[in-house]
Amino acid sequence: MAESRTKVLTKPIFDNNPIALQILGICSALAVTTRLDKAVVMAASVTAVTGCSSMVVSMLRQWIPSSIRIIVEMTVISSLVIVVDQILQAFVPEIADQLSVFVGLIITNCIVMGRAEAFALKNGPVLSFLDGVGNGLGYSVILISLGVIRELLGSGKLWGGALVDVSTAPWFVPNLIMLSPPSALILIGLFIWGLRTWKPEQVEKD
Amino acid sequence: MEEHLSIFFQSVFSKNLALAFFLGMCTFLALSKNVKTAIMLGLAVIVIQTITVPMNQLIYSRLLKENALGWTGISALQETDLRFLGLISYIGTIAAMVQILEMFLDKYVPVLYHALGIFLPLITVNCAILGGTLLMIEQDLTFAQSLTYGFSSGAGWALAIATLAGVREKLKYSDVPAGLKGLGITFITVGLMAMAFMAFSGIEL
Repeated sequence: MAESRTKVLTKPIFDNNPIALQILGICSALAVTTRLDKAVVMAASVTAVTGCSSMVVSMLRQWIPSSIRIIVEMTVISSLVIVVDQILQAFVPEIADQLSVFVGLIITNCIVMGRAEAFALKNGPVLSFLDGVGNGLGYSVILISLGVIRELLGSGKLWGGALVDVSTAPWFVPNLIMLSPPSALILIGLFIWGLRTWKPEQVEKD
Repeated sequence: MEEHLSIFFQSVFSKNLALAFFLGMCTFLALSKNVKTAIMLGLAVIVIQTITVPMNQLIYSRLLKENALGWTGISALQETDLRFLGLISYIGTIAAMVQILEMFLDKYVPVLYHALGIFLPLITVNCAILGGTLLMIEQDLTFAQSLTYGFSSGAGWALAIATLAGVREKLKYSDVPAGLKGLGITFITVGLMAMAFMAFSGIEL
């Protein structure tokens, strides 16, 4: 049992990554990765919401009539997102401000809904919680690596602090395209390429 | 009139929901394999967006905003701030509107209902819809402006998905490296498209 729990937790990170393989939760992912601190806060929020909502849905699964389950899941998820939103506004107001609409958009993040539908409705609370957290971590891996690449190449900083001082290092030219939307899409494309070269079984058949 | 034109132009081109904010990406990538379904889905998004954005504008300005309940005239309700209920009310409205539209189309316009098929219910969890509402509230639009914004942001999304579907249909004939097949190359295509749309951002009306 212990082994399968670890597996549930770690499998979504590389073997069944929500973004790279399941095509879930890309929506709100990309716009927040221009800086590492934003990406980390977003990743933590999504992981928390996915874990908790999967657990709650799984606890309620015996009582939810299947005809209205989507509404029930939506209600659970949006309540959790409101909690996260309020916590962020209370403790890290500057970052919450910059994330603006994207915290609210965790509600429609397909990872949360997808895991509730695909896993939590069929499994126990503990396992569902781990599955939720695992998928959240799979999402976080991509989000954080994008955050590092984009902030470093785009402005020479990491976590808001300058690593390369543009005025004293003439060889460093900030790559502004890294801070604009298209770069995130292209980087994800390359990330998927790398992942599939490493794990060839994920390559799509024609 | 001018402000409406500028809202329209901005939300279709320079602040395109799909290409500048990455909203509705999941459906955007999953259902853009052929032009016909893409156009259908785009149509459904335009309709829902035009209805829900103004609806949520009313809910926000008449019920949730600070002191929004002043119009009721009841003194106990004068100083309220229900903004924390925002998210749950918007998503409720969206889910309800999608359901109502589905029933309405089923009864009165069965042709369109069958054409849209499974795409209608899917729209509830499309982040472009909720995103449109949240961006509208962030910009503090009036009711009339929100009507324009709803329609044009939907139209921008539809334009983007139809274009991408066109590109992907042609991609079938190209020789893509194995690891990039499918999702990988689609991401890169969208990235290049987003870059092209960025060119519009210098134009101000």
